[in-house]
Amino acid sequence: MEYFLIFISAIFVNNIVLSQFLGICPFLGVSKKVGTAAGMGIAVTFVLTVSVIVTYALQIWVLNPYGLDYLQTILFILIIAGLVQMLEAVLKKVSPSLYQALGIFLPLITTNCCILGVSILVANGVYNAHGLEPTLLTGVFYAFATSLGFTLAIIIFAGIREQLSTMSLPKSMEGMAIALITAGLLAMAFMGFSGVDHGIAVAAGL
Amino acid sequence: MLVPAVQVLNPLTMHHQETKSNSEYKMNYLKTIINGIFKENPTFVLLLGMCPTLATTTSAINGMGMGVATMFVLICSNAFISLLKDLIPDGIRIPCYIVVIASFVTVLQMVMQAYVPDLYNTLGIFIPLIVVNCIILGRAEAFAAKNNVLASICDGIGIGIGFTLALTLVGFIRELLGNGAVFGHRILPESMDMLVFVLAPGAFITLGLLIAIFNSFKNRKA
Repeated sequence: MEYFLIFISAIFVNNIVLSQFLGICPFLGVSKKVGTAAGMGIAVTFVLTVSVIVTYALQIWVLNPYGLDYLQTILFILIIAGLVQMLEAVLKKVSPSLYQALGIFLPLITTNCCILGVSILVANGVYNAHGLEPTLLTGVFYAFATSLGFTLAIIIFAGIREQLSTMSLPKSMEGMAIALITAGLLAMAFMGFSGVDHGIAVAAGL
Repeated sequence: MLVPAVQVLNPLTMHHQETKSNSEYKMNYLKTIINGIFKENPTFVLLLGMCPTLATTTSAINGMGMGVATMFVLICSNAFISLLKDLIPDGIRIPCYIVVIASFVTVLQMVMQAYVPDLYNTLGIFIPLIVVNCIILGRAEAFAAKNNVLASICDGIGIGIGFTLALTLVGFIRELLGNGAVFGHRILPESMDMLVFVLAPGAFITLGLLIAIFNSFKNRKA
């Protein structure tokens, strides 16, 4: 039940893009078409889940025992950059069709702040685990749910922007200005979910 | 935005340093700073570094703190990368830049934790995330890698001030409309608070409208 709560709260209640402001760059940049937006979402899901496992292991077995906490930022970003390169090479070899679909997004993911951000949140154990002990399992679960939330948000947003591109707008509102206001309205819609996780917890007697 | 990330990956954008006379340089230093504040304002014109712009501007003072922190990293990394530009091999320059930037962010984290712990806690995760701020990597690639140290420092100061001013402005508006306060001092009655401006949607809408205003100025000039 707690896992279900983590799931709901990471996707809807505390959506990574619309309420935590992580991963705004791809959210605004790769959301002109639903197809590419979905590709970006899947690529982020893939990389985020893998990088959380690796960075968490690094934190527990290397940084914590040797008191090297201050190296966290440098090490994590290097690990993520290396991991993305490695994933690209592996995908190219193992599954060319998947590489064709995700290839162009992979290099962009290194500078996607939601990967580093969520890795740090999970490694420091400062995410909402809904009463569970923050372990590797809850961390990976949280990261997976978070990236699903990212995918959901970017696909909805791309759908709206596809419609918007056929509208005639005042010249100064075109492009990023209207996109940000649309995102604001979407964030307002997602605010409607606030408290849902608490309600479920009460209903389930937690 | 994605534009710099694409440029970063494109080796064709690497240019070699142009030769200029001394007097031309002196003129250019001031121009570089002013350029960063207005013509190439990172938030309103280049549309870079959106995550901290939206997340840390719940009040003017938070926005300003984030801006100054980013400016510190930007100036240091610009200077350092400009010094090292002849030593770094072309093929692995991006990882090298990231290591330089991440080192300065770590220094910043330690300094802030020691001297301004309150601000450090408020900004939270967004301090380590300065590493992946596209402004810093973008300036390293677009400016520091082709210019001398002094010009790169000036560019860092200009872009840094531009970013700080933009963040302070967004924070100022959100704080005024949402909490009726200016830099923490309440000036409007509580009945006029529009809480939505402090929450997530307000960030998007405020920034969207500010960019629209900037655009309309630009269109009028053109």
